[in-house]
Amino acid sequence: MLTDNTSQPLLDAANVTKSFGAVHALTNASLRVGVGEIVALMGANGAGKSTFVKILTGALHPDGGEVIIKGKAAHVGSPAEARASGLVPVYQEPSLVPDLSVFDNLRLTDTPVEAFIDFVEKLGIENLSLNAMISALPLATLRILDLARALASKPDVLLLDEMTAALPTDLVERVLSVVREAADAGCGVVYISHRFAEISAICDTATVLRDGKTVGELKIEPGVEDRVVELMLGAKIDLGQREVGKESRIRTVTPRLSVNGITAAPKLKDVSFDLYPGEVLGVVALEGQGQDELFEVLAGFEKPSDGSIEVDGEPVTFSHPADAIAKGLTLVPGDRADALMAERSVRENIALPFSASIRNWGPLRQRHEKSRVAHAIERLQIDTRAQGEVQRLSGGNQQKVTIGRWLAKGVETLLLFDPTRGIDVRTKRQIYPLVRELAEQGAAVLFYTSELEEVPLACDRAVVIFNGHVVDVIDASKADEQTLMRAAYGLSKTESAA
Amino acid sequence: MTALVSRNAWSLGLIGLLLVLVAMTKIIQPDFGLSGLESLSRAALPFAFATAGMAVVVIVGGIDLSVASMMAVCSVTAAVLMPSLGGVAGVLLVLAIGAAMGAINGALIVLTRVPDIVVTLAMLFVWEGTALLILETPGGGVPGWLRQGIGGYFVIPGLPKALLLIAVIVAVIWIPLRRSKSGLAIYATGSHENAAFRSGVVVGRTRVLAYGICGLFCAFGGLSLVSLTGIGEPVPGPYLLASVAAVVLGGVVLGGGRGGLLGPIIAVFVLRIIRTILTLAGVDPNVTTIVEGTVMVAVVMLATVVTYRRVRV
Amino acid sequence: MSMVSEERNPVQLGRYLRDNPVVPLIALLFFLIAVLEFMKPGMIIPLRGGRDGLVSIFWVGNLIKFAIPLAMLAACQVLTMLTAGIDLSAGVVATVSAFVCATLSPLIGIQLAMLIALGAGGMVGLVNGVGSGVVRVHPLIMTLGTGLIATGCLQVYQRFVISTGTEIPQMLVWLGTGRTLGLPNGLFLFVPFALVILWIMRFSGFGRLLFALGSNENAASLSGVRSWQVLVALYTLSGLIAALAGLLYLGMIRAPSLSLANPLLLPSVAAAVIGGTSIFGGRGSFAGAIVGALILRVIDTMLTLLQMPQGARILIFGLIILTVTGIYERIIRQG
Repeated sequence: MLTDNTSQPLLDAANVTKSFGAVHALTNASLRVGVGEIVALMGANGAGKSTFVKILTGALHPDGGEVIIKGKAAHVGSPAEARASGLVPVYQEPSLVPDLSVFDNLRLTDTPVEAFIDFVEKLGIENLSLNAMISALPLATLRILDLARALASKPDVLLLDEMTAALPTDLVERVLSVVREAADAGCGVVYISHRFAEISAICDTATVLRDGKTVGELKIEPGVEDRVVELMLGAKIDLGQREVGKESRIRTVTPRLSVNGITAAPKLKDVSFDLYPGEVLGVVALEGQGQDELFEVLAGFEKPSDGSIEVDGEPVTFSHPADAIAKGLTLVPGDRADALMAERSVRENIALPFSASIRNWGPLRQRHEKSRVAHAIERLQIDTRAQGEVQRLSGGNQQKVTIGRWLAKGVETLLLFDPTRGIDVRTKRQIYPLVRELAEQGAAVLFYTSELEEVPLACDRAVVIFNGHVVDVIDASKADEQTLMRAAYGLSKTESAA
Repeated sequence: MTALVSRNAWSLGLIGLLLVLVAMTKIIQPDFGLSGLESLSRAALPFAFATAGMAVVVIVGGIDLSVASMMAVCSVTAAVLMPSLGGVAGVLLVLAIGAAMGAINGALIVLTRVPDIVVTLAMLFVWEGTALLILETPGGGVPGWLRQGIGGYFVIPGLPKALLLIAVIVAVIWIPLRRSKSGLAIYATGSHENAAFRSGVVVGRTRVLAYGICGLFCAFGGLSLVSLTGIGEPVPGPYLLASVAAVVLGGVVLGGGRGGLLGPIIAVFVLRIIRTILTLAGVDPNVTTIVEGTVMVAVVMLATVVTYRRVRV
Repeated sequence: MSMVSEERNPVQLGRYLRDNPVVPLIALLFFLIAVLEFMKPGMIIPLRGGRDGLVSIFWVGNLIKFAIPLAMLAACQVLTMLTAGIDLSAGVVATVSAFVCATLSPLIGIQLAMLIALGAGGMVGLVNGVGSGVVRVHPLIMTLGTGLIATGCLQVYQRFVISTGTEIPQMLVWLGTGRTLGLPNGLFLFVPFALVILWIMRFSGFGRLLFALGSNENAASLSGVRSWQVLVALYTLSGLIAALAGLLYLGMIRAPSLSLANPLLLPSVAAAVIGGTSIFGGRGSFAGAIVGALILRVIDTMLTLLQMPQGARILIFGLIILTVTGIYERIIRQG
């Protein structure tokens, strides 16, 4: 378990910076991995983890700083070169080509077959045929094969990015022991995971990222969780106060939206909750815990494999988003690019739902449309100086347009998927009161956010989803960040789910 | 293993279908025999090469709408050059031109990042215009051995030379490629570009290679066109839709990564023999064209529905 | 292009051209006309050739006359391209419509014949719409296929009517060849037609959905748009427009054949692309396509003057499509 501090680190990434336009994804990220060391790379959503991984693996070029592998500056221009220099990544999405056999995938990366088979057996996969098609194998097996392929190529540094997510427990244990073994044999490992149990089981140290900076390197020891959570949260930006006395009191007996045992591939399993008119229900989850599937099901993009949905007490099934909209369920998706017509005007973007139905294909109702759109623009305070093309607006204003679309149409049940991701503080501060105000006027809002401090500002209650299940329901008054963060990491149960 | 069997099962099924159709032909026209098969193979020659080329680009995840135009360029080049240049040099030159045209298509797609379907649509016209510039009206000529090379039987009666030519040329180009790392890269790129990229495949180069191979097959197609008619024909024939239909009927999935060349080539014969049957049954040749077109569109539609379902699962 | 000042950087210039394609296009048109006059003095300005008149009304009329059917077929391409589609059956549909009308008129009367001709176009379009909208075959493959089938049907049909002879409705001849005040009568059809198309694109819900589908189909379905409905209606409309263009072309050429309007297909795609319509969807202008059609007619006249063979024309049109889309793609990525 001890690291040899005298020898040169296997991987030394120092002061890495990267910007995308005006967005500084990484301002000063560093990571050192010594011989035989397993380092957990941690950070809340949006801390810059995925950008950092892309730079380490050669998928992106850093603006500043250096990535040194085994004492040599690794000028990695592509994943192929990263591999050649000794760093091999294993992702949550396996990098195996689906329509090739296992053997051909090994051939593609020049992986020695015997070593691969050794590792596959060690990892507990039995009766694997090398002629099996990748597309015919289950996802869990593919992750294992991807890991075995990586190990078989005798990497200097192994990078495991959330590869245990949604794996069965017995497999996770095998993975952990094989990874530990590889590290004991001298391999350096970067381990990315949301699960503290795994991290404390195998990691030696944890490197914590926040806002694109490395803010701490901690030794893993009992009780380190709280310290990590604290580092991940950091000092907060003032997002304003929740206006007191603006609590909504509209509570009817019938929920607006009732979700019963919804299951949807691949990640959502048996989720139930009720959403009442006049309520803002927060959804708290780490990335990839099933929240994407939940919102897609509710918005009519996807059919659940099990479970039922009721709107105002009546069971509904959606085969197209139009069906969901007809029942008042309207979605603001996480990625603005999914919702906006980039090269069309603000007005056209907001008014799009007006023309959707075949009955409205005729002349545009210009006056009606104009006043509705103007009203939404005014209410959201959208900066309309560049309204000719939505893509010329700032991110915050673009987000307001996607919300404005449903304001103009009339809000009943609003599904907000991370509406404040990557937008400025000023806009964020406008969005919380707006959400409250909508609820106050009788709307029901389901509000997923990746930024935990928003939950007490906007929500009445919050359901916590971990690993596809609802693990907790927390009242907004008790929803401080520490509690939410611990709950989101599946660390504690404050009370049983309502 | 099961996947390997199922892929072969598709080809086996097609062979079965082909045999049934041959039997039907025999019932309709008891005189149909070896000579019928021989002329069927001869007529299938350009279709088979166009299909082989199309199959390679579809496997890499693209499509090439300019196959028929490239064949026209190769056919007129052969017809214009061969009388003065001689046979072998002419053939080699035409093959080189075909491969170059295909590689140009691929390079334009990779460099401009304009979608393949748009680039090759524009190139369809560019190559068609080129063919017309080389030879404005049908003409030129080819050496006699080239004409005789595709007719008749090889050694034993019953083995049409045309059939043998298709088998040998496709096998010589495709089998070594399929076995090589480049061939693997073609399948990997078509199957999952990102996974291929992460596994170290140089995606752009692989794509240009696949389009180059397509051009090479089109050159063979062009050569078989001049050999069939004896003159160069600058106006592209109906090979585009036919090749797309044969490719999807042959088990190559639109979108890439799956299938081989055997299936599509059997599919060519299936589609050609439908024409033979209709002709023998005394159906108006124009009606035959309609039926053929409808069958091809239906095949593509069916394949699209199946692919869609697969993607959504 | 020489008429835009030099100090704009390429991105701004590109954006300007993208937003206002018509203004620079008209400038380009006049530039090309000037070149044409230079190539053959007196062609457009009779005074220079020693004849009367400052501008040859005859020449201008001819230019417009032959640009009209092209611009109508370009409307098919503009509308379908708005949704990132294309209609490669438009040329064949126009031919079918013209041929059906000419051969049926002596049998069942002019009005009914024209109606059936339009119906045939609508049918082909409906099949295209179902194929690309419901089954989701790529429109390029789908329309190519229906084009081939329609050609086959036309050949079979021809055998049944070969003895009946043809009659070209007088109204179509008047529209196609007649002139009023020196300008072609085709404008009596084309001006209202263009206004309707422009209205659909700018002021109707349907038109807005065309832009929406091409710009971001996901955003459209998120907003409750069922794409298949839009696509089926769109391709049917496109088939009807192509059929209408075929009728006009029949009156102009007055000799129905089995490939009458087919050569207009490629220029119709080129006219739409030159006119600023993106083949990737979401952006397009019919006004631009009209100017594009005029430009192509002028280029065609030039190529004829230079005695360019047919091959060179096809090649040049292909290169125009490739270059314009390539440049467009570059502008998108920079902007």
